Amino acid sequence: MIFLQYAIDALSVGGLYALAALGIGLIFGIMRLVNFAHGDLLMMGCYAMFMLAAAIWPVTILGGVVIAILVAVITERIAFRPLRSADPTILLAASFAVSFFLQNFVLMIMGGRALGVDIVPALNQHIVWDSLSISVLNLFTIALSVILMGGLSLFLARTRIGIHMRAASEDVRMARMLGVRVNLVVATAFAISGLLAGAAAIVVLGKTGLVLPTMGLRLTLIAFVAVIVGGMGSLTGAVIGGYAVGILEVVLGGLLPLVILPYREALIFTVVLLFLLFRPGGIIRVAALKERV
Amino acid sequence: MADRHVDVLAKFWPVLSLILGLAVIVALAQLGPISIERMVIKALIMMIVVIGLYTFIGNSGLLSFGHSTFMVVSAYMSAWLTMPVIRKKIMLPDIWSGFGQMEMHVLPGALLAGLLSAFLALIVGIPLMRLSGIVAAIGTFAVFTIVTVVYNQWDSYTKGASTLIGLPTYVDLWTAFGFVAGALVIAHLYDQSKFGLSLRASRDDLVAAKAAGVNVVRQRLIAFVISAFITGIGGVLYVHFTATITQANLLYLNLTFITIVMLMVGGMRSLFGAVAGVVAISIVTEGLRAAEKPVGVSGLGELGLAVFMLVILAIRPSGIAGGKDIPLPAFLRRRG
Repeated sequence: MIFLQYAIDALSVGGLYALAALGIGLIFGIMRLVNFAHGDLLMMGCYAMFMLAAAIWPVTILGGVVIAILVAVITERIAFRPLRSADPTILLAASFAVSFFLQNFVLMIMGGRALGVDIVPALNQHIVWDSLSISVLNLFTIALSVILMGGLSLFLARTRIGIHMRAASEDVRMARMLGVRVNLVVATAFAISGLLAGAAAIVVLGKTGLVLPTMGLRLTLIAFVAVIVGGMGSLTGAVIGGYAVGILEVVLGGLLPLVILPYREALIFTVVLLFLLFRPGGIIRVAALKERV
Repeated sequence: MADRHVDVLAKFWPVLSLILGLAVIVALAQLGPISIERMVIKALIMMIVVIGLYTFIGNSGLLSFGHSTFMVVSAYMSAWLTMPVIRKKIMLPDIWSGFGQMEMHVLPGALLAGLLSAFLALIVGIPLMRLSGIVAAIGTFAVFTIVTVVYNQWDSYTKGASTLIGLPTYVDLWTAFGFVAGALVIAHLYDQSKFGLSLRASRDDLVAAKAAGVNVVRQRLIAFVISAFITGIGGVLYVHFTATITQANLLYLNLTFITIVMLMVGGMRSLFGAVAGVVAISIVTEGLRAAEKPVGVSGLGELGLAVFMLVILAIRPSGIAGGKDIPLPAFLRRRG
C-alpha cells in the first residue's frame, strides 16, 4: 500500500517535471535555445489564473493557459527571432534577459509579495481508500501529463507541421531548403511550449496555492537538469529525464531520515552530477548534436 | 633599448589602457556624491567577478552557471578568518576554535579565501572539465546547488538562511580599483601565456587543437582554477563591502545570471569586453533608476535594462567590444 502511495506521488511529480522538460526540450531541439524564461511562462499563467480566480474555474484555467501561450509566442517574435542565427550562448543570455523582463514586469504590476489563491477547490480533495490517501490533484496531474504527452507525440507524428518540426530539429538549413517554413514552425513550437507551461501552471498553483514573481525559477532549473539527463535534443529523453528526477525526489523524500531531509536538493544534484560524469550524452543520445569533423 | 620598452608597453597595452581608463572613472567618482561612489565600488566588484568569468568562459568557450559557488565559498572563508573575535563569539559561538580566536588581516584573508576557491575548482574541475558545452554548464550548476544547500544548513558556520553581520568593511574606491587592476593583470598574463593560447585554440577548433597536442582537459582546468580564484576574491569584496553575508532571495543565483549577461553584452572574447559589459550595464541600470523617479513607477528601470540587453545582443552578437581590445595608439605601433 505504501508503495502505491509513493508510486502515485512519484508519477505526479515526475509528470509535472516531464511537462516542463518537454517545453524546454522542444525549443532546444529546434533552435538550440535553452529557454531560461520557460518557468516565467508558467509564472505568467499562474498570475493570470490568480486574476481570473473570481470567474468559474474553466475560465480561470483556460485564461491562464492562453496567457502562457501568448507570452511564449510574443517572446519568440520580439526577443528570439532576431537572434535566430546567433550562437547558443547568446541565445541563452537573451533568455535570461527575457526572464528578467517578465519577472520585473509582474513585480511592477503585482508587487513582490506572495499572494494566495485557490483556483479549483475540487483539486484539493483527497480520496481515502483503505490506508491510501490520494489527492485529486495528483491524479489530475498524472492524467494531464499523459494526455499532453500523447497529444504532442501524435501531433509530431501525424500533422504536417509536426513533421516539419521534426525535420527542422534534425537540420534547420536542410529543412528550409526543402520548403519548411521555419518561422511558422518555430512559432508553433513556442506556442506548444506555452501550452505545456500553462498546463504545468495549473498543477503548480493547485499544489502551492501561491503566486510569486520568482516562482518559475525552480521548475526551469529542474526541467533543465531533466533535459540534460535525458539527453539534449531528444523529446523522449526529456520525458524520461523528467520522470527520473521526479521519482528520485520522491524516493529520497520518503527514504531519508529527517536529519538529512534538508539536504535532499543537494543529493539530487549529486546524483545528477555523477550521472553526467559517467554518461555525459544523457540517457538518449542524439546523432544530430554530435559535431562532425 | 627604447624599442624594447615600446614592445613591453605594447604587449601590456590592452590591460594598461583599461586600468588607466578605470583610474579616471574612479578619480571622477571620488569627486561625486557618496551615492555615485557606492555605485562605482559595486560596479568594480562586479567587474572582478566578470573578469573571473571571462578568464574561463572567454578562453574555453564553455559556459559556467556555477561561478557563484566560488563567491559563496570565499566570502564565508574570509568572514571566518577576518571577523573580530568578539563578533564571532556572538554570531558564530560554535565555530572551530582556530577560527574563533583568529583575527587575520583582511588582505591575506582575502587571498587565502581566494585560494580556497581555487582549490575547490581544482577538485571539482578534474571531472567537470571533461564535459562539453551546455553539459559542463549544468555540471557547474549542480556543484553550485550542492555547495549552497550545505552552506545553508551549516548553521554554526554560516548562520544558515539568516544573515551573518559584522564583517570588517574595508572596500573603498581605491581598494576596489586595486583589486580590479590585479584581476586584470592576472587575466591578461594568463591570456598571453602559452596556456591561454592553447585553450583558445581548443575553443576555436577542438579537433585540430587535440591533434596539435593540446591537453584540452588540463588547459581548461588551469583556466577554471585561475578564474575561480579571481571570482572568489570578487565574492570576498562583495560581502566586505556590504558588511553582511546572506544567501536569501536567490542572491547568488541572480548574481550568476547578471554577471553572465554582463559578459555577453560586453563581448566574451576579450578582456575589454568584460570591462565594457560591466560599465555599460551599470551605467544603464543607474541611469534608468534615476530616470524612473520623476515618472513615479518603480520597476520601469529593470524593464528598460532587459530591453537594453536584448537590443545589444541582437544588433551586436559579439558584444560591445566585438572581441577586440582597445586599439594600440600610434606611438606604440612598431614602425616599418
